[in-house]
Amino acid sequence: MSNMKKRNVLPLKSLMIIIAFAIALTGCGWNSNNDSGNAGTSNQAGNDGKTDANASNGNAAEPAASNNGGSKKPVELLNVSYDPTRELYAAYNKLFAEYWKSEKGQDVTIKQSHAGSGAQARAVIDGLKADVVTLALGYDIDSIAQKELISSDWQQQFDNNSSPYTSTIVFLVRKGNPKGIKDWNDLVKPGVQVITPNPKTSGGARWNYLAAWGYALKQNNGDEAKAQEFVKALFKNVPVLDTGARGSTTTFVEKGIGDVLLAWENEALLSVKELGKDKFEIVYPSLSILAEPPVAVVDKNVDKSGTREVAEAYLDYLYTEPAQQVIAQNFYRPTLASVGEQYKDQFPDIPMLTIDDDFGGWAAAQAKHFADGGVFDKIYVPGS
Amino acid sequence: MAGAVTVHLAEKSARPKHINESIVVRIVLISIALLFLGLVVLLPLLSIFIEAFKKGTDVYFAALRDPDALSALKLTLLTAVIAVPLNTVFGVAAAWAISKFRFRGKNILITLIDLPFAVSPVIAGLVFILLFGAQGFLGPWLSDHNIQIMFALPGIVLATTFVTFPFVARELIPLMQAQGVQEEEAAASLGAKGWQIFWRVTLPNIKWGLLYGVILCNARAMGEFGAVSVVSGHIRGETNTLPLHIEILYNEYQFSASFAVASLLVMLAVVTLIVKSFIEWKTAKQLPKES
Amino acid sequence: MTSSPKKKAKPRSVLPGFGLSLGFTVFYLSIIVIIPLIGIFVKTSGLTPGQFWDTVSNARVVASYKISFLTSFYAALINLVFGLLIAWVLVRYQFPGKKIIDSLIDMPFALPTAVAGISLTAIYAPNGWVGQLLEPLGIKVAFTPLGITLALIFIGLPFVVRTVQPVLQDLDNEVEEAAVMLGAFRWSTFRRVVLPELIPPLLTGFALAFARGIGEYGSVVFISGNMPMKTEIAPLLIMTKLEQFDYRGATAIALVMLVASFLLLLLINYLQWRSNRRVVSA
Repeated sequence: MSNMKKRNVLPLKSLMIIIAFAIALTGCGWNSNNDSGNAGTSNQAGNDGKTDANASNGNAAEPAASNNGGSKKPVELLNVSYDPTRELYAAYNKLFAEYWKSEKGQDVTIKQSHAGSGAQARAVIDGLKADVVTLALGYDIDSIAQKELISSDWQQQFDNNSSPYTSTIVFLVRKGNPKGIKDWNDLVKPGVQVITPNPKTSGGARWNYLAAWGYALKQNNGDEAKAQEFVKALFKNVPVLDTGARGSTTTFVEKGIGDVLLAWENEALLSVKELGKDKFEIVYPSLSILAEPPVAVVDKNVDKSGTREVAEAYLDYLYTEPAQQVIAQNFYRPTLASVGEQYKDQFPDIPMLTIDDDFGGWAAAQAKHFADGGVFDKIYVPGS
Repeated sequence: MAGAVTVHLAEKSARPKHINESIVVRIVLISIALLFLGLVVLLPLLSIFIEAFKKGTDVYFAALRDPDALSALKLTLLTAVIAVPLNTVFGVAAAWAISKFRFRGKNILITLIDLPFAVSPVIAGLVFILLFGAQGFLGPWLSDHNIQIMFALPGIVLATTFVTFPFVARELIPLMQAQGVQEEEAAASLGAKGWQIFWRVTLPNIKWGLLYGVILCNARAMGEFGAVSVVSGHIRGETNTLPLHIEILYNEYQFSASFAVASLLVMLAVVTLIVKSFIEWKTAKQLPKES
Repeated sequence: MTSSPKKKAKPRSVLPGFGLSLGFTVFYLSIIVIIPLIGIFVKTSGLTPGQFWDTVSNARVVASYKISFLTSFYAALINLVFGLLIAWVLVRYQFPGKKIIDSLIDMPFALPTAVAGISLTAIYAPNGWVGQLLEPLGIKVAFTPLGITLALIFIGLPFVVRTVQPVLQDLDNEVEEAAVMLGAFRWSTFRRVVLPELIPPLLTGFALAFARGIGEYGSVVFISGNMPMKTEIAPLLIMTKLEQFDYRGATAIALVMLVASFLLLLLINYLQWRSNRRVVSA
């Protein structure tokens, strides 16, 4: 007891120091944040702010470029995208930065944000300051447009329904295709395990589901009850419903679960490349669906930050020959005919349904199939 | 009494035989504990390190030196440095009020403090979006004044603070309740002032509990994924924390790199534990000299 | 809600700082927890009572509550037993590697939940280290409720160990000595003397592990398989609603879970308070 006085000197001191430190840092934290906020605003307001950090970023991204322009202050874009476009935009951003530098003499730094398509749309709605969005589904961009952040005719702003690249849904099977899976009707056979993410949480999985539905409808001459039975049988063969496309790929590839993975063509090609040519094969079904991942400028944000010109150029440039090359190299189907011709071995021509012609657009498809109580829910909930 | 300290010191010398279990019982109990820990905790940790080094040390260190990883590390540490002290001060105040005084509604207060644990991390993020997001209650006002809370540091700090809110308080409340108020009352009757009582009587008694609380709070603050994921905006090199960076790497099929960064978080936790051991050792050395 | 704790019976204690500490507690609690959580009520109130009821009583949602609450309960129960054992072993016994084991306990907090989920799944999946040993025995862990329970045991373990540990360290030897002198056997010393002291921290640990389990998302989605009606947890359904931009539906489910966990926690805290009083008065 007598030593009580001295004993606690250490914790007392250290606690005081920690608290003081924290308070100091809290101040710094908020300040630095305000700074970056201001940096953003100064870009918007017309390039009057001195943003050293941005300048050095821009230079680092493009060391070889000759500094001929120099008159314009560097600019920053935020591209909010979905999960499987990471590799594509990492490559494309470099290309565009070089182009913009040589064209306008301005350094542009493009920051990327990737997550599930729906979650990203929500983030933009809730205030993520995206200059452009490049998402998986038109439905997600429509949702942003509903909140008047994007003009409602966004789909007419760029060519091909504002989709600079397309993809489709294919089957990834194990080497040698031991279960002999050739087409959709092989997926409902007993003993075949199908891996797909959950259409409720994954944009990619909605394409999977709709492709299966479209196939069944065609086989049964438009009989919806039969189509419903078909998708029900298909999902009965799904042992694990991951929340996202890459989660499913990992389940199939790493954990060795399932006989066939329903995947985006670009994801399937990428997994074969990344995870082993000798382990997997891609099977093209007799009928699939044309996936059109759309892009849009977030009007409200670019107008506020004064980045409209570069944001529009950023999306426009996606349609040019060099960009389409990058797109094809990253396993998306190019929309430019000349580039398409060049890569036609990589992207076999198969009949494809489209969301607008065969499903009446995203809003209708979403309401009918994926909303609560929709067709997809009936697969699992007895008696609803 | 000073029980916490004496017991801790007595650790080195074995407990007196008559209040200890027989050797067989001890071995059985230790074995069960180790087996359980092995299966539930050690094995997953081991698998992380094995995965991390699968492609060799080059890949491992390259993953840690990556600029995105470094900026994520900085953000994670900064967040923890703000959130943990805030919750520590709160925890001590709450534990003091709850354990030293009687008042009505105490159980409700304790339950409210527990509540952040029960809230799904997704919802923990969402509540701040509902409050500060562009469509939220304060959104328009914030946007008019060019204040960015969501998808920036303040949002990440808020979400982390929410998620780690109860740790220190919850660690201290049962401890201080068990200790009762006699010592403080004795000090008060001898004329000690409020802060004096706290620093000299209470703090020495609770410091181990406090330390555990801070360590847990800190570990959780650095590891939080769900809530932060909702409010971060995932901007690379800017609003990605370490856990989010790990997810990014994993989703890019860079499994080794992702587990390498995960192992970094494990090691950060180890550092806090080394600090704890150091303080233990330091106090243990101080005592015999003085008594 | 915020004012109710302030309605204090005049503190009889001679100790100072009641107003300051309680005031700060209530203030901080309000800004960090209560005000944000009120947002859930406000958002949900956008639904008519009928819509609200349909959302929260949907068969799939009800099944997910059951799964979330049951797996959390079992996980917390297992943690209660093993957490006490581990804390006991760590405080009372000497063995090689004790320091390392002690430091392992906090790891489940330090690891991002997603990483925990991924590595647990890898180990307990049918082709994993442990999974392939259990497969021939007909035990499936990954993608079953058992897997969910395992993940929740992992994330909840530190709660029990770390709340019991300081109290155990704090226990005076003298009481036990006295019990021994009075002729009590080891087991009855434990039951009569040690355990009552440990009941408050054990209940706290249980409550926290349980509460944390109910809300857990990151680690569970990897190991659960997410099959509707079978292994779909309630937080996943919240995500599902958000994915459809259905904020109100999401907050409705969150509200039900929030109220349920609040009541459960309140019950446990009340039990703990009673047991505490008994110990003090005894």
